[in-house]
Amino acid sequence: MTDHPTPRQSFWQGVRDGGPFILIVGPFGLVFGVVATEAGLDVLQTMAFSIAVIAGAAQLTAIQLMTENAPTAIILITALAVNLRMAMYSASLTPHLGAAPVWQRALVAYLMVDQAYATSILRYEERPDWPVPVKVAYYFGVIALICPVWYLGTLAGAVLGNQIPEWIPLGAAVPIAFIALIGPMLRTLAHVAAALTSVVGALVLAFLPYNLGLLIAALAAMAVGAAVEVWLVRTNRWVKP
Amino acid sequence: MTMSNSTIWLIIIGLGIGTFVLRFSFLGLIGRKPMPEWVLRLLRYTPVAVIPGLMAPAVLLPNEGEALPDLPTLVAVLVTLAVGLWSKKAIWAMGAGAAALVAMVLITGH
Repeated sequence: MTDHPTPRQSFWQGVRDGGPFILIVGPFGLVFGVVATEAGLDVLQTMAFSIAVIAGAAQLTAIQLMTENAPTAIILITALAVNLRMAMYSASLTPHLGAAPVWQRALVAYLMVDQAYATSILRYEERPDWPVPVKVAYYFGVIALICPVWYLGTLAGAVLGNQIPEWIPLGAAVPIAFIALIGPMLRTLAHVAAALTSVVGALVLAFLPYNLGLLIAALAAMAVGAAVEVWLVRTNRWVKP
Repeated sequence: MTMSNSTIWLIIIGLGIGTFVLRFSFLGLIGRKPMPEWVLRLLRYTPVAVIPGLMAPAVLLPNEGEALPDLPTLVAVLVTLAVGLWSKKAIWAMGAGAAALVAMVLITGH
């Protein structure tokens, strides 16, 4: 495993791995465009939202609270809480990308969406030996189509408005886009234990405000995953994924 | 919505900056400094600790005013998960989930 691709090769590999996600990201952007304009935002504001934030779930949360005329501070806190997971993604990318120049890290940060993160981290864990520029190029390849399609989807939704036939279940595109990422992640017993902890924790703590339940469940799940890994190593049953 | 334009822009800009700060946080501050092994071990479980919990309430808890979770979504999600486990490819899982969703909508008629 000493041979690795050039940055150019890994960029195109990223495009191939991330490209198909546009089938889901496009409809997701469309949903946001429609919801935001129906709530009363103009096309410019709707586009600014998608370009400045690039985080569908948080954006939808903010729009929901805006239609309820919630106080501005509450809207910001609640929507940012939905994005707290991004800080965890940032931490988990740091061992791989921390040595990149600061402008590249800033760009990686701006473009950090769940699908790009999950696709990239899976590859980095398969190929930890890749040099940093190769890893960075892969990440930019993964996002190369996802991000423009997110903008275009939003624009189409904002301009066309709600002309989408009602029987098309666009809402369900969102869970499918995320849950498709889970199967490939469950590579060891430790990963399965972490995933189960996360699900149970999030359901039990769903009553907490500001999405705090997810944060607590995720931290507990990370601890469970790490603990199971340590236990498997100690009992000589750890197979490196 | 009875919000003024300036409030709307304040929310957009605030959310944009705040989200960037969250995303840049560790990448920006820690950079190339080495982290202890136990921290790295915890971090390896980040994706699998966040994404299942992010989706579980949306899929498994019923919508407001309904007694049961949405059946077509539930079936589509199960197919997505199963194909993802079997193929280890997110793309195949997504395609299968979308196909299952369309099939369920055609069968149940809503």
